[in-house]
Amino acid sequence: MILVLLIVIPLLAGILSFSVKNDGAKVLALIGSLITLGISGYLCSSSGTAPITWSVPWIPSLGTQFSLAADGMSAMLCLLTSIVFVIVIISSWNKTFEKPNSFWGLMMLSQTGLLGVFLAYDALVFYVFWEVALIPVYFLASRWGGEKRIQATFKFFVYTFVGSLMMLAGIIFLAQQNPGGSNYSWLSIVHAGASLPPATQQWLFWLIFIAFAIKMPIFPFHTWQPDTYEQSPTPVTIILSALMVKMGLFAVLRWLFPALPAGVAFWSDTIVVLSIIGIVYASCIAMVQTDMKRLVAYSSIAHMGLMSAAAFSSTNIGMHGIMVQMFNHGINITGMWLIVSMVENRWGTRDMTKLGGMASVAPRMAIAFVIISLANIALPLTNGFVGEFMLFNGIFQGASDYHITFMVIAGLGVILGAVYTLNMIQKTTYGNTVEMIVTKDLTVNEYIGVAIVIALIIFLGVYPKPLLDLTSGIAGMLVP
Amino acid sequence: MANLVYLVPLFPLLGFLINGLGWKKLPKAAGGVIGSLSVLASFIVSLGIFFEVKSASFQGPVLVHLFDFIQAGKLYVPFTFQVDALSSLFLLIITGVGFLIHVYSTSYMRDDEGMVKYFAYLNLFVFSMLLLVLGANYLVMFIGWEGVGLCSYLLIGFWFKNKDYTNAAKKAFVMNRIGDLGFLVGMLLILFNYGTLSYQEFFGQLNGGKVVMTGNMYNWMAICLFIGAIGKSAQIPLYTWLPDAMAGPTPVSALIHAATMVTAGIYMIARSSALYNLAPLALNIVAIIGLATALLGATIAIKQYDIKKVLAYSTVSQLGFMFLALGVGAYTTAVFHVMTHAFFKALLFLGAGSVIHAMGGEQDIRRMGGIGKHMRITQITFLIACLAISGIPGFSGFFSKDEILSAAYVHSPILYYIGAFAAMLTAFYMFRLYFLTFTGIFRGTEEEKHHLHESPAAITIPLIVLAILSVIGGYVGLPEAMSEHNDIALYLSPVVKNFGDFHLAAGTEWMLMGISVGLAVLMIIVAYSRTKRPNFVPNTGFAKVLENKWYVDELYDAVIVRPFEAFSNLLDKYAERLGIDGFVNGVGKTVRWGSDRLRLLQNGQVGFYIFVMVLGMIILFALSFFWIKL
Repeated sequence: MILVLLIVIPLLAGILSFSVKNDGAKVLALIGSLITLGISGYLCSSSGTAPITWSVPWIPSLGTQFSLAADGMSAMLCLLTSIVFVIVIISSWNKTFEKPNSFWGLMMLSQTGLLGVFLAYDALVFYVFWEVALIPVYFLASRWGGEKRIQATFKFFVYTFVGSLMMLAGIIFLAQQNPGGSNYSWLSIVHAGASLPPATQQWLFWLIFIAFAIKMPIFPFHTWQPDTYEQSPTPVTIILSALMVKMGLFAVLRWLFPALPAGVAFWSDTIVVLSIIGIVYASCIAMVQTDMKRLVAYSSIAHMGLMSAAAFSSTNIGMHGIMVQMFNHGINITGMWLIVSMVENRWGTRDMTKLGGMASVAPRMAIAFVIISLANIALPLTNGFVGEFMLFNGIFQGASDYHITFMVIAGLGVILGAVYTLNMIQKTTYGNTVEMIVTKDLTVNEYIGVAIVIALIIFLGVYPKPLLDLTSGIAGMLVP
Repeated sequence: MANLVYLVPLFPLLGFLINGLGWKKLPKAAGGVIGSLSVLASFIVSLGIFFEVKSASFQGPVLVHLFDFIQAGKLYVPFTFQVDALSSLFLLIITGVGFLIHVYSTSYMRDDEGMVKYFAYLNLFVFSMLLLVLGANYLVMFIGWEGVGLCSYLLIGFWFKNKDYTNAAKKAFVMNRIGDLGFLVGMLLILFNYGTLSYQEFFGQLNGGKVVMTGNMYNWMAICLFIGAIGKSAQIPLYTWLPDAMAGPTPVSALIHAATMVTAGIYMIARSSALYNLAPLALNIVAIIGLATALLGATIAIKQYDIKKVLAYSTVSQLGFMFLALGVGAYTTAVFHVMTHAFFKALLFLGAGSVIHAMGGEQDIRRMGGIGKHMRITQITFLIACLAISGIPGFSGFFSKDEILSAAYVHSPILYYIGAFAAMLTAFYMFRLYFLTFTGIFRGTEEEKHHLHESPAAITIPLIVLAILSVIGGYVGLPEAMSEHNDIALYLSPVVKNFGDFHLAAGTEWMLMGISVGLAVLMIIVAYSRTKRPNFVPNTGFAKVLENKWYVDELYDAVIVRPFEAFSNLLDKYAERLGIDGFVNGVGKTVRWGSDRLRLLQNGQVGFYIFVMVLGMIILFALSFFWIKL
């Protein structure tokens, strides 16, 4: 029942938002998100050991049930989703959006979709929520985005649409494999997939994986991302980068790995190579960006590359690291975007060649920026480190013949990450002060948002145990 | 007392938190007092720990478990501190010298508006360094390792409005990170092969021979760790950050070069002596790189005109000596030199700071001269430090350097000769610096001359204390020819096992000592005669190459930095925008073109999408149905 609540509450808040006037939508969104946060917190405290499930018949003729389940990974991602939404709402409290009721309504619908994806225990339910999460984003970006938003969202749409359809085809194919008629439940899909001959699994792998690869994104399926991040309004960029990219990785772990083990085994070296190319490639490109948003976007591609490389190295420690890193990456990149948007508000540009001197005029903001950047480059005792250490461990212990080479090349990201992140700090924060449009250090609501991020960065960096304990069960299930 | 070891890093951490959170509200003086007292408190606890470890009743290392840091499957890394001879000695150096630098800073940074922030960083620096030496496993060491990297970044770029300074800060961090990757790979190798990062378990398995690797694997593990040390301790090829690091306030240079940071690499290898003893190839590499660095640093130092640059290259060179000692397997000797070097190098930097203060910020020794008359304490203490680093008998540096050179001689006489040559250069450039700065006629402006004065007590007292230590610090490690007991080697012996025996016949030992002392004295005389009537003509030929540091920075720039940037630009322009994105946009355009056509049949775009979706689903349903039939 609690799982249904988790989905129904943001849905209600979203639908109600459309009908209220002006600021009411914002309040509604905040209340809705806070309640989901509470429920997710409860879920985390209780789902560590045994998964919680819930199910009702949906379309029996198709063999699909509306069934949900929450294990450690789902609970962790639901918690992340609700924390990020709370931070986003609080920190954009002062911002005025045109038609705020539709804006927040769509945001809440997107939250519904996200939570649904993380909880779905039936492939068709999963697919429906996948679309429910994405479609509002499409509208949000194309309506409230930047100058080139139409172009960017079109590209985003084409990419995801192609991916989604192929995934749907794959899901339907798998569901048809059930001996007793089509069945979409997780168990049946997994069972059907795993008993397919390896040759079939090998091509089916790509049919399903493309959608996830685009979402993560994995090189070379990533070019929608910088453009979309750049053109979307900040709250949407945060949702996309902190949460939606996790949908891809989550789906790989929840569906692809158990359902197509032979396919995964066959392609894993290829995917690891692509991921590692992505790490170095995205880091190089991040180094020469002048727009802060694009830099952060490429940095995120590099980080996701590391996670997917670890995923396809199939080790227990790597899987566990991914769980930790999914959460921490979400938190850190949220902080990153918050700062970028504050810079844009105050200086009127994100072009780093035209910025400088934040440390002199807005020292609080500068300190926050430096701390979040350090987490971004995984300095020990920030949350980024533990996960990254485990991921490297995972790649290193991978079964591939080239596991050590893989790790060392992936490790170049550690150096390059320091280069571009410190470049960004130097250009924006140090040096002579560039005149601002609005001279203001952090406002109260921005302060709260950033403070939550930093508190999590430091707490989970020093004491990652809660996160590790929550997800050790599922990591052990994926790879014992 | 050893059980209270967590107090040692706790005090600086508290100091950091108070100063860091109160940087806006705290008065400057309070920041200085809090910063200094916190390190003093740590020093007192460290003293207690030291005497406990020294006492006969102390049995083996004391492990203090704080909490479980990472527990994931088979990977278990607790946050544990280890108190033994090696860590307790480093505690004393870090907190003792660190405290003096803090006291000195209260006066030196008095006029800087960021003083409270400065002390916050300084405390964080000490805290990180303490974590580094206290950790009972490599991961805790790594935490401190990267922590000192961060602090050096923050402090080198402390005056953040100057772009050159922030560039230097960035360079330091990135070069350290390159080394850190080596460290990381080394840790993963250890973890992969031995399943633990804890010193006790890892060395226990090594010594017990439980998991026997091929010699190559030992060498790989040792080399990877050493790459970390190369970055942190500024060895070839990653040394170029250290001379640039003097962009920070002068006491910070003292902290980086003497008490913390650069000694980390030596600590790490001394700590891992059990591993290195199994990896002779790695040891040889350490020795060769160390010796080459000792020579390179010394050659550059003889042609520098910036007082701090001379000292910086001197540090690079001295660190090279320490690695030479490690490389020949004389780990305790390297640690001994870390200690004496901490005293005299801190003294040199602080003395230089006192001079720079008196000169109103001027650092060029061509514009100094005869300063000694105006600041006797600074002059005399500086002279003592110069005597110590040059290896004049009676001063601390003599004992430790002599021990390094004789160990090198036992290993191979060639190492000794090259080392002795580098040591000879040391005496030359140090006394060139001393004479040009403190003796002769003042070469600056009248106004500067008028401004010359001795520094206040907060500066001179640390100088005096360090000068005393620079003299007596060497007597804990008397050479074999003079005494039967080498106290420091004995103290460290339960933890650090030297590789081989460095016994020399008494006659040989006396002879080696005689050679190096003779050379040093000779060089002092040469330096005196060459600086008596200095005329600074622009350097030409080889001297110019030395003045320009062998053009290594330029080389790195031309061979690595710029090509890499160009490559990244190409990737961005062609592979990303034109290649992948161009392809995707092409597809997008085609779809759009098609949709424009299709729209003629439909009422609007939304309809079109739904149409496509439904169409697609029907086709896919049909296809999947078809497949099943097959």
